[in-house]
Amino acid sequence: MKQKRLGRQTVVFDAPPRIVAGATIVGDMEGAGPLGGYFDLILEDDTWGEDTWEKAERKMFEQAVRRALERCAMQPAEIDLLLGGDLLNQIITANFAARELAIPFLGLYGACSTMAESLLLGSMLIDGGYAGHVACAATSHFSTAERQYRFPLEMGGQTTPTAQRTVTGAGSSLLVEAGYAGGAQFRHIFVTGGTIGRVVDLGITDANNMGAAMAPAAADTLAAHLREQSRAVSDYDMIVTGDLGSFGSEMFNELCRDKGIDLSDRHRDCGNMIFDPAQKVDCGGSGCGCSAVTLNAFLLRRMEEGDFTRMLFMATGALMSPTAGMQGDSIPGIAHAVVIERR
Amino acid sequence: MDWMDFFWAFVIGGAICVVGQLLMSLTRLTPARILVLFVTLGVVLTAFGLYEPLVELAGAGATVPLTGFGYALGKGAMEGAMENGVIGAFTGGITATAGGVAAAIVFGYLNAVIFTPRTKK
Repeated sequence: MKQKRLGRQTVVFDAPPRIVAGATIVGDMEGAGPLGGYFDLILEDDTWGEDTWEKAERKMFEQAVRRALERCAMQPAEIDLLLGGDLLNQIITANFAARELAIPFLGLYGACSTMAESLLLGSMLIDGGYAGHVACAATSHFSTAERQYRFPLEMGGQTTPTAQRTVTGAGSSLLVEAGYAGGAQFRHIFVTGGTIGRVVDLGITDANNMGAAMAPAAADTLAAHLREQSRAVSDYDMIVTGDLGSFGSEMFNELCRDKGIDLSDRHRDCGNMIFDPAQKVDCGGSGCGCSAVTLNAFLLRRMEEGDFTRMLFMATGALMSPTAGMQGDSIPGIAHAVVIERR
Repeated sequence: MDWMDFFWAFVIGGAICVVGQLLMSLTRLTPARILVLFVTLGVVLTAFGLYEPLVELAGAGATVPLTGFGYALGKGAMEGAMENGVIGAFTGGITATAGGVAAAIVFGYLNAVIFTPRTKK
């Protein structure tokens, strides 16, 4: 029964599913960052002609999925399953975009870990024989997240200097079964396994310091993964975290050292890659969209070109709730890891 | 016109704002909490007779910042109590600040009608 599982948290695939396409749509600030040249579409106007930012985010989700399908000349009707989520209450972005796409849909909430969560679940469903083509997507939008988690922008409040900036971005990946022979943007990228994260909470209560809330979860998942896969950090060309930011990354490195794991120079954080320090984004980018667009626009392309052959993509989520926060609760974190290989 | 009025209005008004900025920068207090703190502080200082001298010295420099709203509330409540007793203590503060509250609603509404919020860069 458990032959596809290693230990308590890790799964390995008999017939690793492929990622055949990725698509990304971002806001102008992300477009002006170091990865600007890799994105498919950069929005000059982050309402994208809609009345509200929420409606714009919805459109970004839907269009990111459609663009990924177009790369493989596929129609939504050929997709067995859509997996995705966002940061808003009742995951309205994903739900309303799924209404337009009309693909059988399972909505996910993993905060900023959603991209890894969707890839991991999608791969498991494909390897289990429950789906052949799965679209995975995640979005976030600076202005909708501010309304959801902090204050509406209309209020004009100041941000604290330790805060990260929510990335305005939508990223989607198209996963297919190993025997797929249709059109593809990527021909060599496979998802070979992954580790399902546990919720870890070290009692961080500062909503402006989410990197610190997520770092323990990332260290926990990485330690479990290496132990259960019997691998070392050196077996990976790159260990990518989602949005720990500069402060959270330092803490992650430290926590790993405490567990006897030396990351040396193999750790990269999407939150640190997406903005340039000159853009004055304090502690880097955050949000579901941060890891989703960095993976689909940049990392997968570099891997396809052969720059590296095995990466651990570990999107990290701060499971923060404004209600729980007001009641004095801390911010739990979670991290899911996906092994992505070039073959 | 006494040019020193400008000076004191600037110094006192500025000093109150500096306190607010320091609270924003050095503590984790949210803007909403600082707002409530300032209004309450204005009321308390007025009750102890400590804010009146600031108003006499700095005029609008002391009445325009949020603590000035607390001053108007406190002063109104005390004057109401003198005139109408306990009922006056309840109505006085609201009566004294009615103009400011109505203006906030009217201009807030007008701003919402005229302007469209945009994402911060």
